[in-house]
Amino acid sequence: MIGVTVRLFAGLRETAGAGELSLALPPAATVADAWAELALRFPALPAADTVSCAVNRAYASPASPLADGDELAFIPPVSGG
Amino acid sequence: METALFAVTAEPLEPAPLVSLVSDPSCGAIMTFAGVARDNFGGRATDHLEYEAYAEMAVAVLAEIAADAGRRFAIGKVAIHHRTGRLAIGETAVLVVVAAPHRQASFDAGAFIMDEIKARAPIWKREHWADGSQEWIGDEKTRPGAGQSAG
Repeated sequence: MIGVTVRLFAGLRETAGAGELSLALPPAATVADAWAELALRFPALPAADTVSCAVNRAYASPASPLADGDELAFIPPVSGG
Repeated sequence: METALFAVTAEPLEPAPLVSLVSDPSCGAIMTFAGVARDNFGGRATDHLEYEAYAEMAVAVLAEIAADAGRRFAIGKVAIHHRTGRLAIGETAVLVVVAAPHRQASFDAGAFIMDEIKARAPIWKREHWADGSQEWIGDEKTRPGAGQSAG
């Protein structure tokens, strides 16, 4: 198994009740696998296609592979500025 | 503390230090843009705003946006600071300061930078409405990450 730190923001953070949590995933897991695991834990999370993601603080795609120690962030629609 | 070109901070934003930071003898224009907390959103009355950021990533994204602007426009240095936390109406949420040899490039770069911040900086605004309810604002059309989704 690999361990990743998941960061959640804004409405996602509130739905999950935490801004940061740890996930254990099989080796070769992807961002999409991590989201699927989160969606099981937190059924109130929104549809995956409304959320972007970043791995180690750079935008990534659902197919991006994860490695042990990665920081994975799920990013709801942004509204800065 | 020395002022950084790019920052995400809970402290009130002040333009003067950023102007000093970007000024250069070769630049005849310094454009300062302030995005300010407004008292309504789409006509609905706002009591105050709250901003949340993925600060570690947002600072890097602000620097990337400035670098992109530097490749597109004939400009000098750029500074961008974004506020987080609770903002009263009238407080500054974002400051963009662009130095350029000539004014038009500074205006064009400032508009580009603001569009990019709204599209891809990992920062979120929550409207605290005058009626006491609250809501995270997110624009589906400008979902970041070039149209990629989480799964």
